[in-house]
Amino acid sequence: MSYAKLSREQLAARVAQDIPEGAYVNLGIGLPTLVANHLSPTKEVFLQSENGLLGMGPAPAKGSEDFDLINAGKQPVTLLPGGSYFHSADSFAMMRAGHLDIAVLGAFQVAANGDLANWHTGNPDDIPAVGGAMDLAVGAKQTWVMMELFTKEGACKLVEQCSYPITGVGCVSRVYTDHGVFDVTRDGFQLIEAVDGLSRETLTSMIGVLIR
Amino acid sequence: MISKISPSIEASLADVKDGATVLVGGFGGAGMPNELIDGLIAQGASNLTVVANNAGNAEFGLAALLKAGRVRKVICSFPRQADSYVFDGLYRAGKVELELVPQGNLAERIRAAGAGIGGFFTRVGYGTELAKGKEVREINGQMYVLESPIHGDFALVKAERGDCWGNLTYRMAARNFGPVMAMAAKTTVASVHEVVELGELDPEVIVTPGIFVQRVVKIARSTTAASGIKS
Repeated sequence: MSYAKLSREQLAARVAQDIPEGAYVNLGIGLPTLVANHLSPTKEVFLQSENGLLGMGPAPAKGSEDFDLINAGKQPVTLLPGGSYFHSADSFAMMRAGHLDIAVLGAFQVAANGDLANWHTGNPDDIPAVGGAMDLAVGAKQTWVMMELFTKEGACKLVEQCSYPITGVGCVSRVYTDHGVFDVTRDGFQLIEAVDGLSRETLTSMIGVLIR
Repeated sequence: MISKISPSIEASLADVKDGATVLVGGFGGAGMPNELIDGLIAQGASNLTVVANNAGNAEFGLAALLKAGRVRKVICSFPRQADSYVFDGLYRAGKVELELVPQGNLAERIRAAGAGIGGFFTRVGYGTELAKGKEVREINGQMYVLESPIHGDFALVKAERGDCWGNLTYRMAARNFGPVMAMAAKTTVASVHEVVELGELDPEVIVTPGIFVQRVVKIARSTTAASGIKS
């Protein structure tokens, strides 16, 4: 039996499918940003950006960029009718106090107890940068991770315990990967679905940590 | 009649002292007060502690201040950028100290200073390297970390419109840290693109009331590399 991993765009579409209408959502920089391209135009979702936007719209047409209107990744965006601007302390109040329904974040590793590592490799030569990752990780009603299941070197990013410095303790509730979707439960990872053509048994055997 | 309008950037920054803590607004290029930072470089104060979200891009603005060797310590959330090579080099050479702060803690610590709050407990950072050595407390079954306020001697803020009482409005996402930094400094200097008559700013939409602003200085609406806004 053969299977194909989800592409980055397919993974983004898979995440988008689970975001309910009316949700207030923050998409982290990198891979999660792609989710915005796959939200159905018939489903109203409120996108929040940490630098002070609610009701963020798509990228502007070439030539009409305004660099006072950027997203967390510093790329030009637009504001939808009904959108608003606010200062950083208000923005992070939204992010830290459970006002956001869902934060979608990238990750280096997710541990079986829901610990998230995504801010620093721990390598002393790397410049550490945290931005809003720690705020989002613990502050949203639900924290979803979106990542490739394996590193380029083939190491599984679902782990018993994070070896990278953690971003938040026990904060992840769901993990979307290019191989399948997992919930983080009291008893560890639970497989929700595997990609087409990949059996539960095969996927479970590829991962070095117990999957229920 | 009271007027907080400064005749020049030079005049607005004349009394920044060596060793001062300077809060600098901006997120990436949006709201970055590059003209005021250039003024600070010309003014010459050194041994500064700079509090900002980022640590500069290429060789302008904050990066130029760093490159000029004026900064002892940076307190920020996200120093690493594709073009933050000035900061990266100084940091790796041990020539600048870094206090890395989660962005929401940064905003709230500045807000706390501006609101007379002596400290606050937050869940953010608990159990991570960035909370090492900090007091923790269990509140309603969850673990919190004690964070302290960040006061500034000066705040450099880029606003859009201002009047002689120091009332300010901002433009789009260039608002970011401006309003909280204005509250948290002994002296807040705001650059604006337009100085308007008292009463012209609708009281319903003033974002920073003048009590938080000591000096307002008009700058041209330049289209800089950092803030390529349309005219």
